[in-house]
Amino acid sequence: MTQVMMMQEGNQLTAFLSGEIDHHWAAVMREQIDETLKATTPQKLILDFSGVTFMDSSGVGLILGRYRLMNSWKGTVVVQKAPASIKRMLAIAGIESKD
Amino acid sequence: MKALNTVKFQFPSKSVNEGFARSTVAAFAAQLDPTLDEIADLKTAVSEAVTNCIVHGYPDGIGMITITASIYDRNLLRIVVADKGVGIENIQKAMEPMFTTGGPERAGLGFAVMESFTDKMKVSSKPGKGTRVTMTKRMGSRESVSSTREGEV
Repeated sequence: MTQVMMMQEGNQLTAFLSGEIDHHWAAVMREQIDETLKATTPQKLILDFSGVTFMDSSGVGLILGRYRLMNSWKGTVVVQKAPASIKRMLAIAGIESKD
Repeated sequence: MKALNTVKFQFPSKSVNEGFARSTVAAFAAQLDPTLDEIADLKTAVSEAVTNCIVHGYPDGIGMITITASIYDRNLLRIVVADKGVGIENIQKAMEPMFTTGGPERAGLGFAVMESFTDKMKVSSKPGKGTRVTMTKRMGSRESVSSTREGEV
């Protein structure tokens, strides 16, 4: 099941992504994440990929889009815990995933 | 070259069908006894091609997408993803990494990923007529190590 769970800690929002991220599901996730981001404007957004089972380049678009939004109030984005298969996709885009 | 097995299916360019398309091709390829990495690569490449049809081929409506997957000698899989959409004016430009006309939520990596996750990729397109992406990939690489599996007679 593709979904996003969000956890707010002070000025930091962590979005735990799970399931399959393709063009279809990236749009659903984007809406959910952006709703919370715009309401809370955190200083730091952590995108946690540990529960993601499939991702195509739509996932890269999802990260870049959130980066642009966060940047509009000088916030930062961290990508973490991407499984090996997803790290390959991130590498093509030059995005590093923290463990 | 004659295909040993082939499957052809068609579906409307609704984004909810992206998962169906890649899973169907993966299920067909399962008979080649692929590794998990090969299946993951295949699903990613198909997903990129189908997304292109939906986002770029039919930007203003719904059209049909046709996928043909064929198996050839020595575990060679060929996948053709075709639409009858708007086509691509400049294929060379469209294939440049990070180039996109898909807006800020698209990374512009589709063709780069298809190239990187398959052995060979070819794009043919006619403006106003549609686009056809042909990808080939050698599957079941572990077969070369041992041709018979345990328990097989």
